[in-house]
Amino acid sequence: MRLGSGTFATCCVAIEVLGIAVFLRGFFPAPVRSSARAVHGAEPPAPEPSAGASSNWTTLPSPLFSKVVIVLIDALRDDFVFGSKGVKFMPYTTYLVEKGASHSFVAEAKPPTVTMPRIKALMTGSLPGFVDVVRNLNSPALLEDSVIRQAKTAGKRIIFYGDETWVKLFPKHFVEYDGTTSFFVSDYTEVDNNVTRHLDKVLKRGDWDMLILHYLGLDHIGHISGPNSPLIGHKLSEMDSVLMKIHTSLQSKERETPLPNLLVLCGDHGMSETGSHGASSMEEVNTPLILISSAFERKPGDIRHPKHVQQTDVAATLAIALGLPIPKDSVGSLLFPVVEGRPMREQLRFLHLNTVQLSKLLQENVPSYEKDPGFEQFKMSERLHGNWIRLYLEEKHSEVLFNLGSKVLRQYLAALKTLSLSLSTQVAQYDMYSMMVGTVVVLEVLTLLLLSVPQALHRKAELEVPLSSPGFSLLFYLVILVLSAVHVIVCTSAESSCYFCGLSWLAAGGVMVLASALLCVVVSVLTNMLVGGNASRKNPVHPSSRWSELDLLILLGTAGHVLSLGASSFVEEEHQTWYFLVNTLCLALSQETYRNCFLGDDSEPPCGLRVEQGLDGATAAWQDGPACDALERDKGHRSPSASQGLRGHEKWMVLASPWLILACCRLLRSLNQTGVQWAHRPDLGHWLTSSDHKAELSVLAAISLLVVFVLVQRGCSSVSKAALALGLLGVYCYRAAIGSVRFPWRPDSKDISKGIIEARFVYVFVLGILFTGTKDLLKSQVIATDFQLKTTLMTKFIWKPLRHDAAEITVMHYWFGQAFFYFQGNSNNIATVDISAGFVGLDTYVEIPAVLLTAFGTYAGPVLWASHLVHFLSSETRSSSALSHACFCYALICSIPVSTYIVLVTSLRYHLFIWSVFSPKLLYEGMHLLITAAVCVFFTAMDQTRLTQS
Amino acid sequence: MKDTDIKRLLYTHLLCIFSIILSVFIPSLFLENFSILETHLTWLCICSGFVTAVNLVLYLAVKPNTSSKRSSLSHKVTRFLKCCIYFLMSCFSFHVIFVLYGAPLIELALETFLFAVILSTFTTVPCLCLLGPNLKAWLRVFSRNGVSSIWENSLQMTTISSFVGAWLGALPIPLDWERPWQVWPISCTLGATFGYVAGLVISPLWIYWNRKQLTYKNN
Repeated sequence: MRLGSGTFATCCVAIEVLGIAVFLRGFFPAPVRSSARAVHGAEPPAPEPSAGASSNWTTLPSPLFSKVVIVLIDALRDDFVFGSKGVKFMPYTTYLVEKGASHSFVAEAKPPTVTMPRIKALMTGSLPGFVDVVRNLNSPALLEDSVIRQAKTAGKRIIFYGDETWVKLFPKHFVEYDGTTSFFVSDYTEVDNNVTRHLDKVLKRGDWDMLILHYLGLDHIGHISGPNSPLIGHKLSEMDSVLMKIHTSLQSKERETPLPNLLVLCGDHGMSETGSHGASSMEEVNTPLILISSAFERKPGDIRHPKHVQQTDVAATLAIALGLPIPKDSVGSLLFPVVEGRPMREQLRFLHLNTVQLSKLLQENVPSYEKDPGFEQFKMSERLHGNWIRLYLEEKHSEVLFNLGSKVLRQYLAALKTLSLSLSTQVAQYDMYSMMVGTVVVLEVLTLLLLSVPQALHRKAELEVPLSSPGFSLLFYLVILVLSAVHVIVCTSAESSCYFCGLSWLAAGGVMVLASALLCVVVSVLTNMLVGGNASRKNPVHPSSRWSELDLLILLGTAGHVLSLGASSFVEEEHQTWYFLVNTLCLALSQETYRNCFLGDDSEPPCGLRVEQGLDGATAAWQDGPACDALERDKGHRSPSASQGLRGHEKWMVLASPWLILACCRLLRSLNQTGVQWAHRPDLGHWLTSSDHKAELSVLAAISLLVVFVLVQRGCSSVSKAALALGLLGVYCYRAAIGSVRFPWRPDSKDISKGIIEARFVYVFVLGILFTGTKDLLKSQVIATDFQLKTTLMTKFIWKPLRHDAAEITVMHYWFGQAFFYFQGNSNNIATVDISAGFVGLDTYVEIPAVLLTAFGTYAGPVLWASHLVHFLSSETRSSSALSHACFCYALICSIPVSTYIVLVTSLRYHLFIWSVFSPKLLYEGMHLLITAAVCVFFTAMDQTRLTQS
Repeated sequence: MKDTDIKRLLYTHLLCIFSIILSVFIPSLFLENFSILETHLTWLCICSGFVTAVNLVLYLAVKPNTSSKRSSLSHKVTRFLKCCIYFLMSCFSFHVIFVLYGAPLIELALETFLFAVILSTFTTVPCLCLLGPNLKAWLRVFSRNGVSSIWENSLQMTTISSFVGAWLGALPIPLDWERPWQVWPISCTLGATFGYVAGLVISPLWIYWNRKQLTYKNN
């Protein structure tokens, strides 16, 4: 079967996406779960252990508190309460922490520090997997056992106000709720007022057992202006007054009820120095946890420092406090100070319940649980506990009882600690089988791509894909047989759960057929090459095709980048790699243009009309000048004719343009500090978006929009010109509406709307441009969607120098695209994804457009450069096959890092930073491959339309 | 003829290497607390001075460029001044390139500039000694097939290896090992130095190895 190389590459990338998807599914392990999850029926609680004499206490202990109020403040960092900010802005809370009847802790959240997994951790006590981040935007109902579920079954009445995520996680669990949506990040007052407005009524009523409040405002302020903004102080004072209101109301209610009430103040995650969250820095991980109740007696002068605990401990503590069974999947241990005031027998009973639950979980998840030190300690303390119960029932001397009891207590606490630790470090096993299948598919595709390089980059841009080669049918069936045998063996013998085995036979069979077909194709291409290679070696076509410095740089750069992905610091600071490579590329380009201009006249033959000669033209291309890229023979249309055609100032522009690009790169690089080590440095982006520099930002935005218009409008029809102008005007209006820039005639507009009308206005014009069918649709769409100033700057930058230096090849475009990805402020960290781009022009959260817009906003840089490549190549009339060559190269250059990275990640899967550094990068790579597939489809479509037109 | 030339080349290069080694050990006799990493800037100045001096002495003693004609004193002075200006210009342009590569603009400016100075010492000073302030000749030497003697050949190699050394020296900066030599610009200056030394060692050997294939236009 003959295929164009563009189509071929697109198919390859599509298959690769499939492989990556299977790999990702296998890589992100399912979290530690109790297998009894399916059975919802309540198990009888573990009876009190006893030695000899039977204990009569087999029911669950009664609740310790009558009402529980949980105040969850999003992104509450520990130093906001315990640090200087807390003293300044939260005086009441500070008083409670220092002198009141309370216990305060620093609860450590496990990464990913994103809201939904953290809510799950707080309520179930389990450790949500990394995949939960991806599902964060679309949180499905929680199926696991949780405190909320237990409370509901026990007939407790729960009221919830706050983040809508809860309502989605626990549908039909609340008797009353009001969900606020968290997607208008720029709104930080309304979102909290919507919670507080119910407080008075609810506190007066008292017909509930559990009240949950989730305040989002602080998180929004963090996202907008970071942890040092003055807005934070206001918000903290507001939260303090809310806390005071609740506490006084609870205290006044307490006289009516026999049991005390409990007030819990906690944060779900912290806030990094830049105001975002998601990673595992100290600021993001440490959250305050304060338990306030009159039951916690305190002598005056008793100064307690907040102890470090795990966030997962909250679920177990809440369950005990409410007299509920501990959630089955909880890996947390009871916060002992909460029950310290109870009689010894109850304390021991609580600890026993917790250890029994943890050891059950351990038994279900670890095959060799009996050797676990925690389990041994548990058995030992259970025996001691039994002895203690016997003594207790025999009513021995109280001092002996007390001494023995505190010994048992210590034993239990140690067991709890060990059990909890070994459970939380026990990450579920990787699903190696699925990973292997994915890797095999991806590697086969990569091999195929690499093997077909000479053919695909040939002048005709076509290649023979031996799909129906009969000689390999036997091999094909054999491989299928072997694979199915392996499948059956693996799936029947596997102990841990395996995604690929869980697939239906049809799907698994399809993947196996695909893998074996790919293998056959690879083998046949290889044999063809060997046979053909023997034939062609006899006539030396290109004996002296040496590589220029540029090729060497590109090759070394690609190899170096791929290898650097194996080191965690290089993954964290990948932007540095790209900046470095792009700068070097610019310098190499400038060196070549210089050589061309100054020496080209006398030392090299003038290059006339250069015809694309493909493989056999490599020698000729080399003689045409070093500017021609012999590796990427598809397009060497750099400005080699500079030495001939260009005179005077044009020549100077050609010489200056690399330096101009370098200067622009330096400027863009200081726009957004990203990465980890230097992320805290001040950058231009923050300077511009801070409220003091609105005027500068407005002027800059206006100028850049104007420049975009001037540069893009060339060669457009008048209709599209008008549409473009209106679209750009709409961009400015939108930015004015959301309050980031201002109009000169309305300098102090205070009202900040959400800019929905303006954004829709822009969309309409973008659609209009799309229908008029100009080539500029993508450029304007990018500007319309990604409303960041940097994009407009970028576009300005791209179009300006490239007019002079029409000299880019695919790899350079790819490199620049990657560099722009980081110029935009992205990094290999989930926290830097700007989800607010997804809600431009949307009233409410609509999943599909929001996801599309976010993806587009994040990958605007690479997509922009790819579209420029298409535009540039299709405007060139030299070669008909340039586009398909470019498509092939693009696919190849993108799939090399991806396929190497999955192999690297597989080998590094027990690395210390696998969750914090390598996994997010893996997600980014997968997403990038998906984008690449879209770009390749676009390339091929453009190529086809060109072919049909001509 | 050729073998003696290569021998002379080797000896001069060994002298240069020796001067760099001396710049590491001699200052510790006079200065207290001298070490390459902690008093890096001092070392940079000293090393740069040593290498420049050795290059000048070698230039005066060996005179590899036989084609230079006898000329008047004023001509010599202007030539010398021109060389100084070229050297300064190369320092500044290197500084600009480092900033474009991402060196901090304002803080650490002195460190960046001294890095530019040492890189100029390794690259521009030998060029000035050998070729004089003649841009056309420089371009000729650094283009393909443009060299006309083993001196120019070795010059090309040492210069390129210094650049490559400095380039490679930037690679360990993002790593989180927290070593003192990872601080900007120490790894780069060390890289440039190692590159220079490697170029000095390799170029005579390479020329000796390929002496049969090497043919120059003038010889």
